Amino acid sequence: MSHDPAHLTIPWKGVCGMNPHRRHPFIFSSAMLVYVFLYAPIIVLILFSFNASRANVTFEGFVPTFSDKVVMDGSLVKASPCGPFHWFCELAKDKDVAEAAGNTLTIAIVSTLVSSVIGTMAALALQRYEFKLKPFSQLSLYIPIVIPEIVMGIGILTLFSQLFGVINGSLGLTGDSRLSMGLGTVIVSHIAFSVPFVTLVVQARLQGFDKSYEEAAMDLGANEWTTFRRVTLPMILPGVLSGALLAFTLSLDDFVITFFTNGPGSTTLPIYVYGLLRRIITPQVNALSTVWILTVFSVVLILQWLQNREAKQH
Amino acid sequence: MAHEFAVEMQDVVKKFITPEGNELNAVDHVTMQIKNGEFFSMLGSSGCGKTTSLRMIAGFEWPTEGEVYIEGKAMGHTPPFQRKVNTVFQSYALFQHMTVYQNIAFGLEMEGAQKDEIDKRVKHVLEMVQLTGMERRKPKQLSGGQQQRIAVARALVKVPDVLLLDEPLGALDLKLRKDMQLELKALQQQLGITFVYVTHDQEEAMTMSDRIAVMSKGKVQQLGAPVEIYERPANKFVADFIGDSNFFEGRIKSLSKEEAVVFIPDLNAEVTGIPVSQGLVNGEEITVSIRPEKVLISEKPMNQNTFKGKVTNTVYIGTDTHVYVDLMGKRLKVFEQNRISRLDPGSFYTVGQDVTLVMMPENVLVLKKE
Repeated sequence: MSHDPAHLTIPWKGVCGMNPHRRHPFIFSSAMLVYVFLYAPIIVLILFSFNASRANVTFEGFVPTFSDKVVMDGSLVKASPCGPFHWFCELAKDKDVAEAAGNTLTIAIVSTLVSSVIGTMAALALQRYEFKLKPFSQLSLYIPIVIPEIVMGIGILTLFSQLFGVINGSLGLTGDSRLSMGLGTVIVSHIAFSVPFVTLVVQARLQGFDKSYEEAAMDLGANEWTTFRRVTLPMILPGVLSGALLAFTLSLDDFVITFFTNGPGSTTLPIYVYGLLRRIITPQVNALSTVWILTVFSVVLILQWLQNREAKQH
Repeated sequence: MAHEFAVEMQDVVKKFITPEGNELNAVDHVTMQIKNGEFFSMLGSSGCGKTTSLRMIAGFEWPTEGEVYIEGKAMGHTPPFQRKVNTVFQSYALFQHMTVYQNIAFGLEMEGAQKDEIDKRVKHVLEMVQLTGMERRKPKQLSGGQQQRIAVARALVKVPDVLLLDEPLGALDLKLRKDMQLELKALQQQLGITFVYVTHDQEEAMTMSDRIAVMSKGKVQQLGAPVEIYERPANKFVADFIGDSNFFEGRIKSLSKEEAVVFIPDLNAEVTGIPVSQGLVNGEEITVSIRPEKVLISEKPMNQNTFKGKVTNTVYIGTDTHVYVDLMGKRLKVFEQNRISRLDPGSFYTVGQDVTLVMMPENVLVLKKE
């Protein structure tokens, strides 16, 4: 970019009486509408996690006081050891939530790691090699993205149940040793839908990646693996991290595919919340959502900050 | 004891498949021997096979046919990291995520050198390229010329048998490029390392090289010292590509052992006393060429090899004045050096002025038809 001040003057300013700096009121109001529809539900949701009413239909104010034990008046919480944070404390005591959170994180971390590796390898292969089915491979990346999640969920479910049926039958597995739906199947299905996202993000980064960097490394005595480790990977790392972040949030959020592929002991947070909603909506659900939103939000913020810092150094 | 030839290319062919699916010989039966310690250039326009040849020496490409030898050893499919050659890339290819120090140390780390050894050699090579104190900078924080020097330093720190340079000065402005040409040449002479230099800039090749291979369409058109290539071009392509030339179609009218008489139909005249070396045949159709600066404009008419013409245009370019002369409908370029001040308008030839041109027979070249 040029920093020549001559470029900063706007020759067309004033032509036809238009001021390019004055925004049309419509732009402002539509922006405001977007913000309202996007963030108002979240704000309401967070507010309700402090609701004194157990019924959680109307907002009855904050849980007013701290006390030794919980004091209830009908469905209203009058006092609690945690004060306004009553529902967060209830949440912390809930063993099922802890287990679901643990499952969610395990699934997200494992599927992110695996899909980042596979996705990056796929992106490199697609950039580097010419092969017969390349156009098909490239196109097939978009299939898991455009296909309705429920179709993919049912597909994966059918695949696993058939596969497990055959394996269990032919090996004569019974009882606990039988293959069944669980953490493993959820992780595999999460990897399956994350890989295309990682691949596409890394591919974008690889656009315009000069192969002479790799040639230079090899020229200086580095073999293929060292070249990848010391030169290629550090250079495409921002892309890989963006892809991984995307895969991580997709996995954390996923409900539909997890719904079809989970089994006993592999309940994730979205599945757990869905289960709660079918019984009774207490502000505990809101408290859980609040913690969740804040966690994801701060993770994204920290990563953004790290990336910006990295970008400034170069 | 070093082998006589640092690099030999033995009947090398490199085939590529074009996007349309055609086979293309990017390098077409090239044989050349690059002597140890010489500054060797491959010169040609883009697509002539010079860069592909260089890449085959480096090991980034493998020949489809033929063999590349480095220090007498057949390279076959030896990968780049097992060849004692290093490359300076056109784009420099400095690792952006590493400092200058890390960039230069990279090659030494790969050799498994000790830390203090690396320290010493990086420091030494930075002194050599006059960039001491830049160790901790990132490549982006350096100017184009500095990046270029770091690229050279990074390759030279490995003390290669051969240094390959792929248009390393292409991205620099003219003045800096000229300085760097002399600097690289001095560096090469000081170190005695064989340099193989790829360029499309003939002046650059002339300035630096001990020998030049002029390439076109995957073939070596001529290989020789700069003076040979300029004064005795092997064919019309070389005569046209290197410097400027005037060409005429002609025919050998008579031939003795050393001299030929050539008839030029376009001028309805003959040039006598041309020294010949190639195996020419009496009556053969040939191309006659003469360099514009070797045509003399004479005040007084002479007997032989003189031609009468009319000035059609003059162009003043500082060091020279280019005079365009019409010779029986054929346009001829004449370069006259401005040895005197041309401030006086009377010192120029005027358009329409009659002049007599002299082509000294020793300056006239007879080129075989392709």
